[in-house]
Amino acid sequence: MWGSNAREAHPIYFHHVLKGLSNGAKMWAVDPRRTSSAKFADAWLGLNVGTDIALANGVAREIIHAGLVNEEFIENATEGYEEFKAHVEPWTLDITSEVTGVPNEAIVDLAHGYATAPTAQILWTLGITEHHTGVDNVLALSNLALLTGHVGRPGSGLVPLRGQNNVQGGGDMGALPNKLPGFQDVDDDNIRARFEKTWKAEFTGEHGLNLTEMFEAMGQDTLRAVWVIGENPADSEADVKHARAMLERLEILVVQDVFMTRTAQMADVVFPAALGWAESDGTATSSERRVQRIRAAVPPPGQAKQEIEIISEMAKRLGSTTWGNPTPQELWDELRTLSPMHGGMSWERLETEGGIQWPCPDEDHPGSLFLHGRLWERPISGRRAPFSCVEHRPPVDELTDEFPIRLTTGRVLDSYNTGVQSGKFDSPIRSGDALEISSEDALTLNVVDGETVRVSSRRGSILMRVKTDAELQVGLAFTTFHFPELVDINQLTSDATDSKSGTGEFKAAAIKIEKIESMANV
Amino acid sequence: MSDLKFGTEEPTAEEKTAIDELSSEIGPAEIKLDERFVVGGRTRVKDRRRLLLPALHELQNTAGWISPGGLNYACKVLGIPPAEAYGVATFYHLFSHEPPEVKDLIHVCDDVACRLVGAETLIKDLKDSGHKVKPSPCLGQCERAPSVLIQRTNKKNLTAVAESNNSLTAVNVEQVLTSETVTPQMTLPQKGSENLSLLSRVGVVNPESIEEYVKLNGYDALKKALTIGPDKVIEEVTASKLSGRGGAAFPTGVKWRAVADQVGRPRHLVCNADESEPGTFKDRTIMEGDPFAVIEAMTIAGFSIGAEQGWLYLRGEYPVAAERLENAIREARKNGFLGKNIAGSEFNFDIQLYKGAGAYICGEETALFNSIEGFRGEPRNKPPFPTTHGLFGEPTAINNVETLVNVLSILALGGDKYAMQGTGNSTGTRLFCLSGRVVNPGVYEHPFGVTLREVIEAAGGVTDSKKIKAILLGGAAGSFVTSDHLDLPMTLEDTREAGVSLGSGVVMVFDESDDLPDTVRRIAQFFRDESCGQCVPCRVGTVRQEEVLARFTRNASFDTDEELLEDLSTVMKDASICGLGHTASGAVLSAINLGLLERTL
Amino acid sequence: MNEIPVGAPRSQIEVQIDGKQVKAVEGATILDICQKEGIDTPTLCWAENLTPVNVCRVCVVEVEGSRTLVPSCSRPAEDGMVISTDSERVRKSRKLVYELLDSSVDMDRSTAEVKEWMEHYEVDSSRMGSKNEIATVAQPPKIQDSLYVRDYERCILCYKCVEACGEDAQYTFAIATAGRGFDAHISTEFDVSLPDSACVYCGNCIGVCPTGALVFKTEHDMREEGTWNEETQEVTTTVCSFCGVGCNLELHVQDEKIVKVTSPADHSVTSGHLCIKGRFGWQHVQS
Repeated sequence: MWGSNAREAHPIYFHHVLKGLSNGAKMWAVDPRRTSSAKFADAWLGLNVGTDIALANGVAREIIHAGLVNEEFIENATEGYEEFKAHVEPWTLDITSEVTGVPNEAIVDLAHGYATAPTAQILWTLGITEHHTGVDNVLALSNLALLTGHVGRPGSGLVPLRGQNNVQGGGDMGALPNKLPGFQDVDDDNIRARFEKTWKAEFTGEHGLNLTEMFEAMGQDTLRAVWVIGENPADSEADVKHARAMLERLEILVVQDVFMTRTAQMADVVFPAALGWAESDGTATSSERRVQRIRAAVPPPGQAKQEIEIISEMAKRLGSTTWGNPTPQELWDELRTLSPMHGGMSWERLETEGGIQWPCPDEDHPGSLFLHGRLWERPISGRRAPFSCVEHRPPVDELTDEFPIRLTTGRVLDSYNTGVQSGKFDSPIRSGDALEISSEDALTLNVVDGETVRVSSRRGSILMRVKTDAELQVGLAFTTFHFPELVDINQLTSDATDSKSGTGEFKAAAIKIEKIESMANV
Repeated sequence: MSDLKFGTEEPTAEEKTAIDELSSEIGPAEIKLDERFVVGGRTRVKDRRRLLLPALHELQNTAGWISPGGLNYACKVLGIPPAEAYGVATFYHLFSHEPPEVKDLIHVCDDVACRLVGAETLIKDLKDSGHKVKPSPCLGQCERAPSVLIQRTNKKNLTAVAESNNSLTAVNVEQVLTSETVTPQMTLPQKGSENLSLLSRVGVVNPESIEEYVKLNGYDALKKALTIGPDKVIEEVTASKLSGRGGAAFPTGVKWRAVADQVGRPRHLVCNADESEPGTFKDRTIMEGDPFAVIEAMTIAGFSIGAEQGWLYLRGEYPVAAERLENAIREARKNGFLGKNIAGSEFNFDIQLYKGAGAYICGEETALFNSIEGFRGEPRNKPPFPTTHGLFGEPTAINNVETLVNVLSILALGGDKYAMQGTGNSTGTRLFCLSGRVVNPGVYEHPFGVTLREVIEAAGGVTDSKKIKAILLGGAAGSFVTSDHLDLPMTLEDTREAGVSLGSGVVMVFDESDDLPDTVRRIAQFFRDESCGQCVPCRVGTVRQEEVLARFTRNASFDTDEELLEDLSTVMKDASICGLGHTASGAVLSAINLGLLERTL
Repeated sequence: MNEIPVGAPRSQIEVQIDGKQVKAVEGATILDICQKEGIDTPTLCWAENLTPVNVCRVCVVEVEGSRTLVPSCSRPAEDGMVISTDSERVRKSRKLVYELLDSSVDMDRSTAEVKEWMEHYEVDSSRMGSKNEIATVAQPPKIQDSLYVRDYERCILCYKCVEACGEDAQYTFAIATAGRGFDAHISTEFDVSLPDSACVYCGNCIGVCPTGALVFKTEHDMREEGTWNEETQEVTTTVCSFCGVGCNLELHVQDEKIVKVTSPADHSVTSGHLCIKGRFGWQHVQS
């Protein structure tokens, strides 16, 4: 479990992990913090924030040097091994340990444990992806699976956990700058032609913008109108002051949401929407590619409408004559004709089978428990899986004498994102956003539990309550981001992004913490 | 493997030291090997759970109670959720959950035998002199009733009993308290008699000397076993037709064979020394008088079934037996009779002594396993049976003390010759615990087949030549008989035919002046107090049964309750999980059927 | 290297149940067979998403050759077994077990299924004595936070909540059985309040409670006000929105308002268990 606190962020997934552990599975937790998940692990490796690639490369080298690679798999199903082997060679135990802060014996323990297990999975969440090296971090973990053959078989594989109920579905449906539904390339003329025929409309194969690029475009005034659906960037973006400034520049901002979020308050027009999961009908696709039905249980309040209705109405206002008023089922049936991996999932099957995992090409197909099984066919069908030679690059927001503390962020059990939804119930275990620091740092800073301090990064400065955590490593600070109205934490977070995914480096900011001598001066 | 969260209470320095010492051999559940490398996990937690019961004993003895700070600390070290540990701690009556007012807690037995001879007066007197007193179920000292267990803080527990026909007074108890080292005299009426086999060394040998034990044929049987091999030992035991002496009378050879034939390892040998059946004190007599015999017999049993680990689960109320057994284990290790390569052979075997903490139910074999494992002493459903899924879920042979000690004479005599003692299928000798209104109470060894009359006469007959009103046969889980049964031969077959049971060998005699309704109600209270509470028929059924008898002693009338009692009995027998519920109504119903409650009507 | 290990196929056994010869797979419990054959069998401590603890004893059946009745929920059927599920002995035990519970516990808010069985066996606990003269578990409810009510005078000690909090789902172990015999009860360590315990408010204990001893505060309050009306409630299954795991939620709706959230026990993702967000995070819907 690498860069994930599933015990709190994905609790029911963690139930399945616990079942495995009680059946004798072993777990290693790799995380800068000894999280509540890590406390269930057989071993915890507390690496420095942003040194995941270094650790993965070091683990890879140890697996190679100990002779624990899966030679048959490497030879028949992968490519680029020799180059990769040379690439990780400099990552000796000593050097890996120096960069990551993890002792040699721990690296050996993880490498040998992972490589010698009959089956093994690596699972991660935003601790891996919310870095400026997010994509490379994922590739570094994939390398380990390729070295050992822990992929494409029952019980083995790579498991990224999604943060919302339909992140996977969003991508599946083509909410990506370069893809059509079913991960089909928008620049493929044949594919586009099929869509154009069904949709009775023409569109170009030009790629759209990812979120980071959109904010850049706003800055350059090449993007002047934005329609935000179910997102609260005015609270959730890293370096949020900058993001708010960009939104202010827009000529028109339309926000479609269930709440008057901070972003909605900035909007020119607000479309009140029905809740996606309790007031709407449709589907959602979970982390394990399982498509399930969502159903309206209560009517939306006031003038709020289901999202499909809003979008259809908007299409009509924009002059479409072919759009009509499709029902969720009609839209789904259309999707099945366009996206082969959804082809076999009839609305009836989704109703009766309690969810189906794609790919499911035809109605007799049971759905797919895991992907990449083809890598075990001999000869393999399709492309060999490539090793990736990825480099360790430290977080962009450097630690200096002025900003000596590394700030990382994460979720806690009873809260969700910016707290718009989860903040509405009275949780007995809620403590609010606090800046967690090690007992040693608290001593150095001469602050105590509950004391309010000034926390500053290169981008902003806010006041926060301190909470000491004896288990936190020295020089590391942690906080949640669930209470932006009280603690505007994203004023501090880094504006660096991954050039490949556009994801912001939320997990690694450099900060300083200052004791407030007198509240009068605040 | 849990969300560990602890309160703010801290342990005292003494509590901390006690837990640290206890866990020093295997270390804590979590180890910080480096600031950035911590190992823990399920296996480490699982391996430490069995230290919970010993840890609770340490805490109780150190502080006089299970304090929140102490329990938190033990839980942190062992990786146990505090709610679970609290659940285990509150299961046992020898653990206190309030800060102690005084250092010594006096448990006074007010059970069936002791209440005949002034237990209630003793309780009152001790309370009046300012002592902290807790009435107790049978303390297994019925031949010298009334009796007392003094539970002390930071010191060894003590036993005080009535000696040489004088009743125990509050003054006697106070003398024991101040003298501190009193060990009650062992009185064995048959001491030194040539006919004794199980008891031959009791009262003769110095129980603390392995040299004396060896001189009196000690360890001959083990040496023979090592020579003839495990299969041959089981053959001899099977030929002897030895059956379990704990109450269920299961053939020992069959049990051992079943475990020996298991593929799985490790296997375990457990000696059930949780002797808690009211009126029973035979195992205590052996353990106090001839402790090496128990250790030797366990070693032979372990050898036969292929176990390298033996577990001796001793009831917590036997401080003298505990001390002597601990000494015997130590001496056996020192002399090469326990540990690696026993007596120069390839065989490795060692024994861990576990002390119970006041729970009759832990004498039930699967409850006993749970207790050792660090869980609440709740019985498991059977099947599966211990031979395949016993201690730690692994193949286990579990035998009572008396049963095991028989193996020594089986190996000395040979199985066939042993089987010639007693009757057809009731072979060998049997220990009887004589108490109540007999002239010379104590443990007696007789061959199977002796009549009840002979058993009572051997103990000098009824005190003051009074008439027998009733005899409690087999313990609280047994049944009452009257003088009509005096010619009943004491064999498994004859007792079964008569609808009674030898049980744990209890023969408790009541004369015509005794208050039987009170005795019967006390038996019902015993089951109410000792039910583990797991299954509904027993948890609520034993309460309703006791309530009916309490109403009866108040009103001297059953009204419509008799039918209720019968229904309760049927359903407790039919639907309870374990033997406690199955037998909880036996004595009560037999008393009613024999008309023993009628005189007071 | 790439073969998937597959267990040996389970062999078939044959048993006689209520006079009928039926086939079953090896390892099936007697209760499994009852359910397959449509033989209604009462249960209290059994649930499909928990390990059988066989403590309540209402599911007992008679097996030929067995000295006592056996709990059908945990006893694996064996080839050749002859089982009676409705003999005089079985009826007597089941009835008395319900009566023992009814005499000591407030069963008023039990599930409909429990109430039906009590009616079926004509449960009458009055002969045990009047409740103010005999031992009961009467006590005031524990209300220590805004989400849970623990009303232990309704607790039959079925251990389900302990299992759900522990090894059968949550591995939090905030509660356990403490005490012994009739005094046995469900408790946190030293009876500390729930917010002070390890409890993470997943609500899985409430989800499995058959007698209303553990209830959501919302339900408790509505019951106390007299506005709780299960008959008018509709249940809609949807997907939780708080992470990507895909937990199914059953939204119980009364008068267009969500009043309770559960999860289907037979769903492969949740097995009926949720987390605090899924269980309580719906309150923004009404706001």
